[in-house]
Amino acid sequence: MKKFVALLLACLMVASLFAGCGSTGSTETEAAETAAETAAPAEGETAAAENSADAPAIKIGLTGPLTGANSEYGLAVRGGMEIAVAEINAKGGLQIEFKAEDDEADGSDKAVSAYNTLKDWGMQIFAGAVTTGSALAIAAETVNDQIFMLTPSASAVDVAMTGSNVYQMCFTDPNQGASAAELMAEKWPDATIGVIYDSSDAYSSGIVDGFLAKAEELGLNVAVDNAAFTQDNKADLSTQVTQCKDAGCDLVFLPFYYTEAAQVLTYANTIGYEPTFFGCDGMDGILNVEGFDTALAEGLVLMTPFDANATDEATVSFVEQFKANNDGKVPNQFAADGYDVIYALYNACVAAGIDGNTPADEACALLQEQFATMTVDGLTGTGMTWDENGMISKAPAAVVVTDGVYVPMA
Amino acid sequence: MKNRMNTLLKNKNSRTSLITYLVVIVAFVVTQYLYSAGSLSSSVKGYLVPICVYISLAVSLNLLVGICGELSLGHAGFMGIGAFSGIVIAALLKDTIASDALRLLCAMLGGGVIAGVVGFVIGVPVLRLRGDYLAIVTLAFGEIMKNIVGNTYAGIDKTGFHMAISTSKMPLEAGGKYIINGPLGATGIQKLATFPMGFVLVLFTLFVVLNLINSKEGRAIKAVRDNRIAAESVGINVTAFRMKAFVVSAFLAGMAGALFGLNYSSVTASKFNFNTSINILVFVVLGGMGNILGSVISATLLYVLPEALRSLEDYRMILYAIVLIVVMLCTWSPKVKEYLSVAGDKLSSLIKKKEEVGSHE
Repeated sequence: MKKFVALLLACLMVASLFAGCGSTGSTETEAAETAAETAAPAEGETAAAENSADAPAIKIGLTGPLTGANSEYGLAVRGGMEIAVAEINAKGGLQIEFKAEDDEADGSDKAVSAYNTLKDWGMQIFAGAVTTGSALAIAAETVNDQIFMLTPSASAVDVAMTGSNVYQMCFTDPNQGASAAELMAEKWPDATIGVIYDSSDAYSSGIVDGFLAKAEELGLNVAVDNAAFTQDNKADLSTQVTQCKDAGCDLVFLPFYYTEAAQVLTYANTIGYEPTFFGCDGMDGILNVEGFDTALAEGLVLMTPFDANATDEATVSFVEQFKANNDGKVPNQFAADGYDVIYALYNACVAAGIDGNTPADEACALLQEQFATMTVDGLTGTGMTWDENGMISKAPAAVVVTDGVYVPMA
Repeated sequence: MKNRMNTLLKNKNSRTSLITYLVVIVAFVVTQYLYSAGSLSSSVKGYLVPICVYISLAVSLNLLVGICGELSLGHAGFMGIGAFSGIVIAALLKDTIASDALRLLCAMLGGGVIAGVVGFVIGVPVLRLRGDYLAIVTLAFGEIMKNIVGNTYAGIDKTGFHMAISTSKMPLEAGGKYIINGPLGATGIQKLATFPMGFVLVLFTLFVVLNLINSKEGRAIKAVRDNRIAAESVGINVTAFRMKAFVVSAFLAGMAGALFGLNYSSVTASKFNFNTSINILVFVVLGGMGNILGSVISATLLYVLPEALRSLEDYRMILYAIVLIVVMLCTWSPKVKEYLSVAGDKLSSLIKKKEEVGSHE
């Protein structure tokens, strides 16, 4: 009996230990601390800075998968946003309070709970969600509440079409598919094309829909368009690769995430199949997959708005800061999108005179006006503008993997 | 009247049923009062309908697992069928029935009936299996349903209702609208679900399940659970009674699914996966097999728990798991039970002593 009581107490102590970790690791407190630190020196410097430091910080919330199978994307976006928030708060002036909640990439109840939690916290602007399913469930709520929503990475067309207050930082899926087809028609007009995709994933099948429609219009030769897999049977993609090989495809389109793409490249290498592989923005990160021989990615073409190896000052400092915060992890495009979202919101807030006292619905109306006319330069593109539906327009950029680094496509 | 009431209270089964109804009704009245007084935060308001849904799912699964003694790992599959058919029905009836509540009721009934029919069709071959085999087959059923719905496209345009397994086979005319959009799931759903309707669903589920348990059929189902051979020897048709429990359980899960689907503006098929099935099973097991009130309480607490732990950020899932393990140990370990009863005895004797001391003074 005593043993059991001792065990129970030990369990409780371990639990309280976790509880302790959790509250100190909280992003909210971190952001608030930075805000407090930076607010102190700002006092007495200039009158303007003092005034804005007096106004409460503007509250921006994010929901994303911070736990579970998709946590990689949620954590990347959060990491990117935290860097932007820390930079902005260090400048003085308008301060940002940032909070991220876990939605487990769920498309219904968990996503809405996460959003409601942020609403109870007093969120004024919503900078999520990370995944398309969650974004769709939440977008309808933001329309009801009239809270401005700028999603970093939920790329389905339906997200932006939910309401006039919903904006996207990333390309929509069919648009990306269409620009992939255009690029192929320009560079490889005579190629026999094979498409492998994840039919259970909205991102992947959305790109394929856009791609096939454009490919037909441009008269591309698509030999394999049904090599699909689902999230349940993606452990082995050899069938799909063999299908493309047997059909004699010399250009294989892989519109899905890099973890599966690494499998495809590895398997293609073992059977001696060497077509040109072509990926989308989800492919960004393939050079950092653990245990993956980057030599296999040689010659891989991918369309990504963000290149972590770029040498411009903004990218270099962002990558360094991200690595320092995340145990040396190289940021992917999700992190860059998150960073750009915070800056786009910050710029719009400053221009529209929104601060911590502005009610969410007023901020929403003001931000919509700003986003209609505003142009943003960020890590994922320059001269980014938004159309009346809230979809972004920026130039698609393609890179080729050469000697283990991205090289812009000639 | 008074006599009837007395016999009702003396009968252990009807007393438990009465307590179950009372707990649910009191909980509803209190919550509804707080709701209308405006003292609930938006997160709590958001939990109300899913809690009702999960209570119904847990109670209906308890009928199968606790009363009938069959392990089913595909309950979320029935929930999913109910959700998607309910969404389609609600969208199709949009112009026919003006009242939101009536449309929701039709969608729930339709979702329930379709899930029940699917349950029957699955049940014919499956219920000839027992134990682990049944668990494996229901598990596979849930996954198959998820993948089928995940590849289904359904929509309406001027020419009527269309359904296919690829967009190219289903060109909608201009002005047409997709109801189910493959892997994107059902999008642009008009939210019809309300908390009072969730309460009605819970009451209906309790009414069906409790009455079934306390009826002749219910006793036969329990007899099949306890000893199949003995039950067969007294002339009970084993497969028929197991089928009854299976179909009723699927029907109720379908209704709950329809309410769930119509509570959100989008629902994806991947929601109704193995994890959700296991979650519902966890509610049942921790609430106690065959204990209906236990299912109601555990579904409520365990649904709210991970949300209430949000302040712990990244550690909440670990803590949730620890809580599950501790609850499991505490409710099932004979040692803890013994310890609790001893502690209870000590406490009551302490109170008695105090009372005695108090009365002497």
